[in-house]
Amino acid sequence: MSASSAFNDEKGGSSSVGEPEYGHDPASGGIFSSDYKRHDDLKEMLDSNKDSLKLEAMKRIVAMIARGKNASDLFPAVVKNVACKNIEVKKLVYVYLVRYAEEQQDLALLSISTFQRGLKDPNQLIRASALRVLSSIRVTIIVPIMMLAIKEAASDMSPYVRKTAAHAIPKLYSLDPEQKDQLIEVIEKLLADKTTLVAGSVVMAFEEVCPERIDLIHKNYRKLCNLLIDVEEWGQVVIINMLTRYARTQFLNPNMNESLLEEGSGGDRTFYGSDEDEDEDEEEKEKKAETPAMAKRKPYVMDPDHRLLLRNTKPLLQSRNAAVVMAVAQLYFHLAPKAEVGVIAKALVRLLRSHSEVQYVVLQNVATMTIKRRGMFEPYLKSFYIRSTDPTQIKVLKLEVLTNLANETNISTILREFQTYIKSMDKDFVAATIQAIGRCATNIGEVRDTCLNGLVQLLSNRDELVVAESVVVIKKLLQMQPEKHSDIIKHMAKLTDNIQVPMARASILWLIGEYCEHVPKIAPDVLRKMAKSFTNEEDIVKLQIINLAAKLYLTNSKQTKLLTQYVLNLAKYDQNYDIRDRARFIRQLIVPTEKSGALSKYAKKLFLALKPAPVLESPFKDRDHFQLGSLSHLLNAKAGGYQELPDWPEAAPDPSVRNVEVPEWTKCSSREKRKEKKVEKPFYSDSEGESGPTESADSESDSASGSESGSGSEESASRSESEESEDGSESEEEEEEEEEEKEKKKKKKELKKPVQESESEQSSEEEERKHQRKTKQRKSDSESESDEDEESESESSQSESEESESEAEVKKKKKAAESKPPSKPVKKESKKEKKEMSLLDLDDFEPAPSPQVTPVNTFLSNSLVTDLEGLSLSDTVLSPATIAPSSALKNYELLHRITGEGLSVEYCFSRQPFSPDANMVAVQMQFTNNATADTKNLHIEDVKLQSGMRVKEFSEIELLPAGETATAVMGIDFCDSTQAANFQLCTHTRKFFVSIQPPVGELMRPVFLTENEFKKEQEKLLHNLGQLMGMNEITEKLTLDMKCRNEHTIVQRVTTAANLSRVPCGSDKECRFAGRTVSSSSLVLVTVATKEEGAAQLTVNCEKMVIGTMLVKDILLALTQ
Amino acid sequence: MIHSLFLINHTGDIFLEKHWKSVIGRSVCDYFFEAREKAVEPENVPPVLQTPHHYLISIYRGKLFFLSVIQTEVPPLFVIEFLHRVADTIQDYFGECSEGVIKDNVVTVYELLEEMLDNGFPLATESNVLKEMIRPPTILRSVVNTLTGASNVGDTLPTGQLSNVPWRRVGVKYTNNEAYFDVIEEIDAILDKSGTTVFAEIQGVIEACVRLTGMPDLTLSFMNPRLLDDVSFHPCVRFKRWESERVLSFIPPDGNFTLMNYHVSSQNLVAIPVYVKQSISFFETGPCGRLDITIGPKQTMGKTVEGLMVTIHMPKAVLSANLTATQGTYTYDLATKVLVWDIGKLNPQKLPNLKGSLTTQAGTPKPEDNPSLNIDLKIQQLAISGLKVSRLDMYGEKYKPFKGVKYLTKAGKFQVRT
Repeated sequence: MSASSAFNDEKGGSSSVGEPEYGHDPASGGIFSSDYKRHDDLKEMLDSNKDSLKLEAMKRIVAMIARGKNASDLFPAVVKNVACKNIEVKKLVYVYLVRYAEEQQDLALLSISTFQRGLKDPNQLIRASALRVLSSIRVTIIVPIMMLAIKEAASDMSPYVRKTAAHAIPKLYSLDPEQKDQLIEVIEKLLADKTTLVAGSVVMAFEEVCPERIDLIHKNYRKLCNLLIDVEEWGQVVIINMLTRYARTQFLNPNMNESLLEEGSGGDRTFYGSDEDEDEDEEEKEKKAETPAMAKRKPYVMDPDHRLLLRNTKPLLQSRNAAVVMAVAQLYFHLAPKAEVGVIAKALVRLLRSHSEVQYVVLQNVATMTIKRRGMFEPYLKSFYIRSTDPTQIKVLKLEVLTNLANETNISTILREFQTYIKSMDKDFVAATIQAIGRCATNIGEVRDTCLNGLVQLLSNRDELVVAESVVVIKKLLQMQPEKHSDIIKHMAKLTDNIQVPMARASILWLIGEYCEHVPKIAPDVLRKMAKSFTNEEDIVKLQIINLAAKLYLTNSKQTKLLTQYVLNLAKYDQNYDIRDRARFIRQLIVPTEKSGALSKYAKKLFLALKPAPVLESPFKDRDHFQLGSLSHLLNAKAGGYQELPDWPEAAPDPSVRNVEVPEWTKCSSREKRKEKKVEKPFYSDSEGESGPTESADSESDSASGSESGSGSEESASRSESEESEDGSESEEEEEEEEEEKEKKKKKKELKKPVQESESEQSSEEEERKHQRKTKQRKSDSESESDEDEESESESSQSESEESESEAEVKKKKKAAESKPPSKPVKKESKKEKKEMSLLDLDDFEPAPSPQVTPVNTFLSNSLVTDLEGLSLSDTVLSPATIAPSSALKNYELLHRITGEGLSVEYCFSRQPFSPDANMVAVQMQFTNNATADTKNLHIEDVKLQSGMRVKEFSEIELLPAGETATAVMGIDFCDSTQAANFQLCTHTRKFFVSIQPPVGELMRPVFLTENEFKKEQEKLLHNLGQLMGMNEITEKLTLDMKCRNEHTIVQRVTTAANLSRVPCGSDKECRFAGRTVSSSSLVLVTVATKEEGAAQLTVNCEKMVIGTMLVKDILLALTQ
Repeated sequence: MIHSLFLINHTGDIFLEKHWKSVIGRSVCDYFFEAREKAVEPENVPPVLQTPHHYLISIYRGKLFFLSVIQTEVPPLFVIEFLHRVADTIQDYFGECSEGVIKDNVVTVYELLEEMLDNGFPLATESNVLKEMIRPPTILRSVVNTLTGASNVGDTLPTGQLSNVPWRRVGVKYTNNEAYFDVIEEIDAILDKSGTTVFAEIQGVIEACVRLTGMPDLTLSFMNPRLLDDVSFHPCVRFKRWESERVLSFIPPDGNFTLMNYHVSSQNLVAIPVYVKQSISFFETGPCGRLDITIGPKQTMGKTVEGLMVTIHMPKAVLSANLTATQGTYTYDLATKVLVWDIGKLNPQKLPNLKGSLTTQAGTPKPEDNPSLNIDLKIQQLAISGLKVSRLDMYGEKYKPFKGVKYLTKAGKFQVRT
């Protein structure tokens, strides 16, 4: 333990910090008493009231931990400070806690409540850090608490907290593997998450907890592929490695046809005489194996998902992170068609400029690749030339690569390079070079003689190691055509006088024995010399002497009989039992006695059988059955936890498993969705054209029924994705859009006609709508007189909504007309839909001849159709609604029709007062029965709520016939929190777990205030509550979106984001809004003050800080996008 | 993934340890020490070692070993890259990555490690995010800290982790807004005895120093982007723009960073700025050898070659060197057997020459191999590949930044075989 002792010596120098760990026993001597005192003094500091003292103490303790000294006896003193206000102290206490909690489980429990409190904090970062520390404490007793915390955090609204939850999963798993099933559920949920922040971490958790559950990936595959480029680099590595494995199970081998072709032509594999037989054998085998597959093989077409993966990983070859580049390289190596693998070579060669450790790993992988795909690296041959300053291990690896790359066109350059290497001072490297030359010589027949001559010259080298290595290699080469090279054998025979390296001596003796016929005169003489020195030789040499003697005895017994006897006698009394045994065995075999049986007749055949020439092969051969880039590949041994790379399937599994039927966006809050969208295209310069209108559609067009606008934006998002892949078509599209915009009015007129033709149901709906509008108008009239702007705004948007709705109606009919719509029209239709959504009122019926229509992702079409169906249905349903939805309603999905087995449920916050209980938020639910059978007895059961929350259930729907829809309203008192209300939705047959989580803006109702009242209230909020001064006001600076610089849009966007009413105001630079939270009637005041150039300031005043903070974020998002 | 980290100095002392999962005893390092002893040079220690229960992955940086303990399968490059990132971060924080510095700032380093990994999986490696949480020490702050007893833990929370541009701090403000870009090219070359080029290529890097207020969106374009064959980018660069237009479009991190690395396509012939005439020979009889080196300008594009330096790793047998240099100074380190000739500026009129005799150890056979020469040089205001930045535009902010581009050519791994 040189390390630790040295460490203790050195400790004298580091005076400030604590003393060694052997002070546990107080009786052990005076020397440690000072130590104890020191710890006492730390304890004192920790108990003091001064934060600075505590901090000093904690710093010293952490320094002790860092140096690996035991500070566990301070646990009680430290753990007390876990609730310390000072954030610096707190952090250090966390560090301590994580390190020692495992050893002091009981005491560690004292800290748990602090973290539990932290988990409820309104600040996402505090929630996250609480979860992080809580999950890092390895105390088995808190497993249930951890489980609960993880589950909760997994559905937190902050992606950062969800990321932390993903991190916590493997921690809990390692603590208690029994939780696996529950953890898988959480992983499944998090896998569906759409943010880049979470993706890497959850895949990491997936890999640690349940790598075998590849089925969980199906639904998320495309999303992961698309998000990949924006995930942080470490996550990218993990995701790429996992996707490699996934692809191997799901797609077909893209090279299967090529390998067939190759078999015919021989490819580049059969250049070398020596390898030929073997290769053929292999190919034969392959052929046999493939024949059954061949029979049913169709021309290979790559699965679009396979292509998607290859396409989306390729840019990452440009990453600065070597691990990412390597991950992509191995993905291409294992998955790409042969013609495309070449792209990785450049990137890998680039990595050779990096740190030597990186080079080491990369070269190992390149060495494996060069065996299978030599052509790929041939252009970069010179990049593998060796410099004298390279570390030995790098040199040897480069040599390996060079050898693998050698063929008859470049062998002369390579050999010239090798010549300089042989003169190197690094003898290990020289030895490796000689081996490499030997391998080149065996592989490439043309240069065999040249190499042999070169090696023979090396025999006169002064360095014994070099000579010995040469001998060994020459021996192997000679075996190929011994008859030609008797002079070399003679030369080597002479060397026995000088060479002392056992391996080399043994090799020479073996050669002479084997080819004694070629050197009949010299062989007996060599044996004579050897017999003389027998006793001083090494064991392997002795064995070869015995062999030589035996062979000579058989061929030339006249001259060597006595010598052989002598050698065998010496060997009989050797210390080594191997040698004794060998001597006895050989004597019995070759010297005919009466006892020796029939075997001795065959002695000659036994000893002088033709021996096959050895194949010099690369140690990297067949390493590629390990996934490249993995630790197992590097070690050439399976490391713990290694997941085998599966073989390609014979037939492709069903690709439809990856179809995502559900646009899952409905589940996440609008804020997240936006954020994610932003993340999805950080290279926005490309897609700016669309993203503009898309976003505006999102906020301006809330008029249209929520699901419709939602799906529209979703589609356009995915469309922009697909377009990113085919750049260039963008500009055209933009132009086109402009054109369309010009024409839109004309088209609108055209549109009216089909609308009027619509059936009675439709018109009734329209009537209903008008009625609603009127009532609304009246209401707003009564509420504010000066608010004309807003009103006209809402009116216009409403009329727009009507139009788009009616259009959907028409479309539905159209679809009904063609019962089996061919896929192409559907696609076009969907396209139309998208456009309409993105440009809001662009009701364009003629399928515009758009060049980019050819959709890359055909898989979208399916889900689109279903979406469209759902859309049109939901529109019709609005008509019988008893509650008038205001213009800006957004629909959320409660139950998808797939999971609901035909029953789909959507909900929206109707923003109407809930009459039975004013403290509740009205939630309007809309049930659609898509199944063939009727659904009965729809009701709610088993409501699980946070404390204080209440639910007023809707009355049971007794019958919902197939294909019908029904609406119901329920009230939920969320207690002014955004915690979800969980309950079960029951039918007569099934129960579904569902949850409703309100956006913060829905937790309030508008109140009418005058400007003066507003200011007064704001003042009050600011100053009256002494101790919370300033806490009730949150101010945020922002830059308004280009499209959002006029008052109208600001008002509209704010009111969309939150259920507030506008406060009339004299200045046109300021917009004010007021509302009260539904449950506690706390006042919520919002001010947006605009300045020039789109700069603006947002102020939110609210007693409820949590609500205030969340509201600020939501409004910020609404205004900046 | 990464279980524990040990920092080990060149004498084999473990001076810092950090465990992200349960504690692993120091004895696991014994396997490493064994391998360390076997390898003569510290560079030769295999980066990946297998022990009965663990795998050890280590890097060697700044005379320190960063040794990580792994228990299960993990891409080795993942760990290596991360360890280098740790070293980079330490360097970034304290100006250098050495034992002394780490010992002096042990608490800060420990906190950094705590933030960088969570349960062995990287959490925050972006220096911008880290600096928000744990402030790097400055002289002023350390004075304040000693007076007030505060530490470097930031009291703000790492909001950077939440943003879409995690590499940039929000609310950056400067009075002088400036953006500087250094285009640095390195010539990697191997010349053989006769001076012909065996292998030569140009690797370039663009180092940026950007101090701009707010959220500037920069676009950097080149006159001749076709020269660039292979590139790798800082994560801030928008890859799509590069693919379609060959311009670098990015929201820069604050401060110094490496914008891109590139490789100049091999079709272009590489200009070799200097030639070397050398003869090094050892005699069979008598313990001596001769050395004669002359360096002259070859293709310098009319610029002056500066910082010229020749490094020779002599054979072990060479005891001393008795040389005269017409320009510059030479040193011979007996322990490492390294001869360094520091020439400085290359004067084309009067070529620098180093001549003299070498003494070898008596009784040993003459070294067979001649040592190769490693050349260092610098050429200011020149990118040897001919790459030129055409313009830098800024969007998203109103002010006019001060912009500057500097070119520099250096010798990379420039080796002359003898």
